[in-house]
Amino acid sequence: MNADDIQWLNVFIAVLGGATRVGTPFLFVSLGECLTEKSGRINLGLEGNLIMGAMAGYGISWLTGSPWLGVFAAGATGLVLGFIHALLCQQPRVNDIAVGIALMILGTGLAFFLGKPLIQPSAPKLAAVHLASWSDNPALRSALEINILFVVGALLAPAMAWFFKNTRWGLAIRTVGESDDAARAMGLDINGVRMLATMAGGFLAGVGGAFLSLYYPGGWSEGLSSGQGLMAVALVIFARWDPIRCLYASLLFGGAGALGPALQSVGVTSGYYLFNAAPYALTLVLMIATSSTKVRSRMPGTLAAR
Amino acid sequence: MTGLALEAINVSKRFGDLQALDRVSLKLKKGGIHALLGENGAGKSTLVKCIVGFYTPDEGEVLLGEHQQLISNPRDAHDLGIGMVYQHFTLVPNMTVLENLVLARPRLPSIIDWNKERMAIAERMKGMPFQLPLDAPVNHLAAGEKQKLEIIKQLLLDVKVLILDEPTSVLTPDEADEVLGQIKDMARRTGLAVLMITHKFREVVLYADDVTVLRRGRYVGSERVGDVSVEKMSEMMVGREFSGTALAREPAADQGVKLAIDALTIEDDSGLPAVSNLSLTVKGGEIVGIAGVSGNGQRELVEALAGQRPTTGGEIRVMGERYRGERQELLRHRFHCLPEEPLRNASVSRMSVAENLGFRCFDRPPHSIGGFLRRRAINAYAQRLIAEFKVSPANTAIPIGNLSGGNVQRAILARELWDQPNVLVVANPCFGLDFTAVAEIHARLMAARNAGAAVLLISEDLDEIIELADRIDVISDGRLVYETTPQAADPIVIGHHMAGHAGEPHAH
Ligand SMILES: Nc1ncnc2c1ncn2[C@@H]1O[C@H](COP(=O)(O)OP(=O)(O)OP(=O)(O)O)[C@@H](O)[C@H]1O
Ligand SMILES: [Mg+2]
Repeated sequence: MNADDIQWLNVFIAVLGGATRVGTPFLFVSLGECLTEKSGRINLGLEGNLIMGAMAGYGISWLTGSPWLGVFAAGATGLVLGFIHALLCQQPRVNDIAVGIALMILGTGLAFFLGKPLIQPSAPKLAAVHLASWSDNPALRSALEINILFVVGALLAPAMAWFFKNTRWGLAIRTVGESDDAARAMGLDINGVRMLATMAGGFLAGVGGAFLSLYYPGGWSEGLSSGQGLMAVALVIFARWDPIRCLYASLLFGGAGALGPALQSVGVTSGYYLFNAAPYALTLVLMIATSSTKVRSRMPGTLAAR
Repeated sequence: MTGLALEAINVSKRFGDLQALDRVSLKLKKGGIHALLGENGAGKSTLVKCIVGFYTPDEGEVLLGEHQQLISNPRDAHDLGIGMVYQHFTLVPNMTVLENLVLARPRLPSIIDWNKERMAIAERMKGMPFQLPLDAPVNHLAAGEKQKLEIIKQLLLDVKVLILDEPTSVLTPDEADEVLGQIKDMARRTGLAVLMITHKFREVVLYADDVTVLRRGRYVGSERVGDVSVEKMSEMMVGREFSGTALAREPAADQGVKLAIDALTIEDDSGLPAVSNLSLTVKGGEIVGIAGVSGNGQRELVEALAGQRPTTGGEIRVMGERYRGERQELLRHRFHCLPEEPLRNASVSRMSVAENLGFRCFDRPPHSIGGFLRRRAINAYAQRLIAEFKVSPANTAIPIGNLSGGNVQRAILARELWDQPNVLVVANPCFGLDFTAVAEIHARLMAARNAGAAVLLISEDLDEIIELADRIDVISDGRLVYETTPQAADPIVIGHHMAGHAGEPHAH
């Protein structure tokens, strides 16, 4: 193998590693959004949850010294934002998209404001599991550093799919999302179900934020998120509201996001910004390529009906 | 088994300005079928929705057995053993038949064992009047199949009081007999009390024990079915004697073929052939009837004709020109169409009655000028239509989804029959209409024919087809399998072909 080949192999490994690292926030936010949308509501505010979660997680980790407490704090902030979203949306004639955008701006602004004192200090980070400590290839070693949160998310995806199919609660969420009339005829509390689904979805998005600040890229700054929370919404559509496909899609997007840095690491610097745009370009291409009536027919009925 | 199962006392309900129910009372006995009659918009659906807690009545109470019960939402009704089949289906479209059946059960276990549920339901399904594929997604079922599913769903729940809001509107008479016969049997055997809303006197006479009549939200009276004649019942419904006379069939001048379908093939949502190699022609001044059991390709055929579904083979010609269902063509040929389930397939339920009625003409003067809608003109137009077709309430500003089932049908028919259609495709036009409205719509279809329109009438009501059509085709499994004329029509032979038994001795 000549040096060139090794370089490209390293790029490949870095993209794989990046897929889990860059993809984890996508995964949590998209699972959260999937849960919320299954109940018949769209929460565009998850970008706000993500950033608030990142800030709160970092702050709590710094204050208490425990990154896991940080993760829970991040989830809790997301939960509260989800609660506010659901509470506003169940008022008559309130539109969930508008509320979502407002909460996104609120969450981002609040996080920047409250996070000012957190830019300097360095909080304890989440630890990773080194799966490749046997190897002397540094690229491979860093690619196979897997964070527990990614594992949790990767297990959560099939668990959520199972939950939707096999539990009473999962069926209730789907019924509410499919048809108001059917849900009412069954005596389900539509607003209650949506409230819980939105709160749980918000929790997951918050946890995704903690991953950003407590693991990768790590630290707290105002440029920490680059719109992952919004892209995750597109990702849910691409995944056709299927949690397992959310996992695949997140890995795909994560890999695309890791492409720029990976190329830079082997010295390909021309077009750096272009490669950084890969996830966004990918979003557009995939949305167009996969848009068909099939996508619409998988859409929760109450969303498709409007 | 006697005794009262359920009693509603002085129930009132108001929607805005409209008093939909005004102190209505009703007594339901155990072990029998009680029919609830009334014109479209009389308040029948509203009354039963108040009983099951879907609506909260403004006043009045519901007694169950001897005790007063507070039923404040459908879950309470479930728990008390009251089941209801709604007039507009309440199935979950993106779920399978099995999931819908399981979902309906109160007190589901937290974790559902699908294998066990499937076996249990398949077992009990064997004793049901009809079978359904458990794994089919509900949005692929035709209207008749959905209706059967709704009924099975309630029967599987072992309810003590069963409320049926027009349960047979999309079933064939044979199927209806089977269903109602079984239900009556169950009532006699188990003491089940049944409250059935219907517009078909035949069903009242054959299956009901008692009948209650409502008129414009008021209680008119209750009788033993054996003690009243059909004439008396219809008089109670409309408040005067009914003098409906069918419009005569005029010998129409030969106008040439207006609608020609040639070797048409259409796929259903899952890509399987729904209509195969179907050819037919309709001349001006002629009604061609297509009889068939729902789910044999009628829905797809109508959707293709309305431009809502692509075809995969063959062609449609209108006035000799190739037709693709585009808006320009619809307007140019005055091609009008009424699909089944119009609330879902031909209207936007949250838009107002005026907007829905304007769909056909909103982009032409005088309803819009220079691309701007003229609300007042559209409103005036809608007012004319609903006055002409007696849509009630005569308010064009409310969402069309708030109209009673029969009034939605009337409103959409008004839109499609107005303005002298040249080619008219109608599917189950009298679904859910009361008898005065049926007579009226039949007369209008006949008038359109006499005026030279080519009418394709797709209906599951064989009597309707025999009454109206000039030629009759039978559709089964997406193919036209039999052709006859109303003079030569033998319902038994047609029934055999509808059921797909073409090789039987009755066949030609
Ligand atoms: N949710 C609602 N909002 C406003 N008006 C309503 C609503 N539901 C029903 N109505 C009105 O109440 C009246 C009674 O309606 P209902 O559905 O009970 O009639 P129905 O007797 O079942 O008629 P049909 O035979 O046509 O089904 C109608 O005039 C209808 O327009
Ligand atoms: Mg009704």
